[in-house]
Amino acid sequence: MTEPHDDHPHVPGPSLWPVGFAVGIVVLLVGVIISWWVAGLGGLIALAFAFLWVRDLTAGTPLAHAPEVAPETGGAAAADAPATATIHEDAEERYPRSKFLELSTLGLGGVIGGIVTAPAIGFMVAPAFLKQGQKDHDLGPISDFPEGKYVIATYMADKSQGEVSRRTAFVRYNGQLKGQPSFTIISNHCAHLGCPVQANGPLDEKNTKTFGDVTLIPTVSIAGFGCPCHGGQYNTEGNRIAGPPVRALDRYAFSIRNGRLFIGKPFSVSHVDGAGSSAVIHKWAFSFPGEHVNGLESWLYPIQPPH
Amino acid sequence: MATRRLTRKEQMQQAILYPVDWLEERSGLVGAVKYFLFRKVPGDTNWFQTLGSATLTAFIVQALTGTILAMYYKPDPNSAYDSIQHITNDIWAGWLVRGMHRWGASVFIILMFMHMGRVFLFGAYKYPRELNWIIGVLLLASGLGEGFTGYLLPWDQTAYWATVVGININGTAPFLGPFLAQFLQGGTYINADTLSRFYAIHMLMIPGAIAALIGLHLYLVIRLGVTSPPWSKEAAGTGPLDGETPNGKVGRAGLSRFRRGR
Ligand code: HEM
Ligand code: FES
Repeated sequence: MTEPHDDHPHVPGPSLWPVGFAVGIVVLLVGVIISWWVAGLGGLIALAFAFLWVRDLTAGTPLAHAPEVAPETGGAAAADAPATATIHEDAEERYPRSKFLELSTLGLGGVIGGIVTAPAIGFMVAPAFLKQGQKDHDLGPISDFPEGKYVIATYMADKSQGEVSRRTAFVRYNGQLKGQPSFTIISNHCAHLGCPVQANGPLDEKNTKTFGDVTLIPTVSIAGFGCPCHGGQYNTEGNRIAGPPVRALDRYAFSIRNGRLFIGKPFSVSHVDGAGSSAVIHKWAFSFPGEHVNGLESWLYPIQPPH
Repeated sequence: MATRRLTRKEQMQQAILYPVDWLEERSGLVGAVKYFLFRKVPGDTNWFQTLGSATLTAFIVQALTGTILAMYYKPDPNSAYDSIQHITNDIWAGWLVRGMHRWGASVFIILMFMHMGRVFLFGAYKYPRELNWIIGVLLLASGLGEGFTGYLLPWDQTAYWATVVGININGTAPFLGPFLAQFLQGGTYINADTLSRFYAIHMLMIPGAIAALIGLHLYLVIRLGVTSPPWSKEAAGTGPLDGETPNGKVGRAGLSRFRRGR
């Protein structure tokens, strides 16, 4: 018999099971990227070894438990305790009132705590789960956009927030497509980690137009877009041509009202085939920079929060 | 009962000790502090074992300078940058307090890693101190979180774009990444709420967590005692027994360690 408080270290004995468990986890993580089959296999390996490990741990001498704290009895009675206490314990076993009080205190405390903290935590994490709402924004008459040239448009997405809500988009008028004006509107958020991409080429800053919170800077001719942070490069359609970005630049939907261009909601693009008004855009739900929208790695981002 | 009149000297001693004894009688705190400062440590403890206390000092400096900066800083997109300029250029010694907080942040992180390195190299994370290692890992993560959230606060171009990149790196974590990114910036993009969010996390949430974790960390250090260095003869059973150092004194934590001059 070992004493409950012996001096032996209760370290787990030498065991290979944790190694198998770790291998299982690695297979699972690799599987998440490669194939669900491998992931499932990894999960099974991990589970099996976890079971063996736990069985191993629990087979030996149990760990010492913390000593029970004897419930306090009334002051005077406690003084001449030992004799009375034993008599009490011999009495018939029943559901004691102190047990009831203990459980109801814990239960009620839990309920009250939950009622108080749930709304507060919800208030904190809500933005991660709520639709953020993006209003269409007026970028001015379409005659301000010369055909085949990019115009750098900046505007405040939400005037009540001020400058912090300023966004930049590259807008190109592609001429008419089936009797409708066609635009390419590319976001300046690099698809690597979100730095502001710059137009590669001279701007025509003399002809800058400003109205309200909108500024339109025409370009002379640009050869694509480049990112100052880690050197990502894109062509004029926003396709990635070099550097770390994982997809093409995001685009914005647009609408025309009374001859004016309105910029709409952003969406993500894996790549674009062709160019100009006849381009085929491979559209995906708006995703954060650095996230793959297609291919194997897109499985790492199965759901996107509502934007 | 006949009481002897105290001499002048005794009376003066009494007057000095009275408040201390008063406190001790009502709280036991004096005894607790003495227990903490003069607890036994192995006689062959090493200077590297002061790195933990150095980290603690760095944290206290951050907490104090941060509190003072909070008296002048305005966590609002329209005034944050200007309030930082005001602190640096106009307020008396503002540059000093800001500089201490900014450079101290790096010192804190570096010391944390050095302390962790010493614990690792001494093998001090082994039974029964595994739990303290785990608490240490949580402290490390919280400390790095402080660095990340604090970097946005100057609200200049570096701060803004570094945070954009940092948030988007969080966003690339599998499965929950996109939600984490949207939680951190309080929306799809950095917006007016992002700065105050980071400020609240930086000055209230994480420091509170760190303070609580340090409490647990030190509780375990005191409860379990510190380890001897791996080359310790004493711990190997070939040196003098029971905390006796080669020169016959008992090693102690706290102030007396410096007097031993080893
Ligand atoms: C806010 C950061 C931290 C503070 C203020 C702190 C403070 C301390 C102090 C004062 C000690 C006493 C012994 C010594 O100074 O070496 C200690 C011991 C210890 N620390 Fe930390 N620590 C911090 C972070 C960490 C980290 C990041 C780890 C590892 C992941 C860690 C693991 C440990 C362990 C295992 C011990 C016990 C070592 C022994 O008993 O010899 N701590 N800590
Ligand atoms: S953010 Fe554009 S290349 Fe990294």
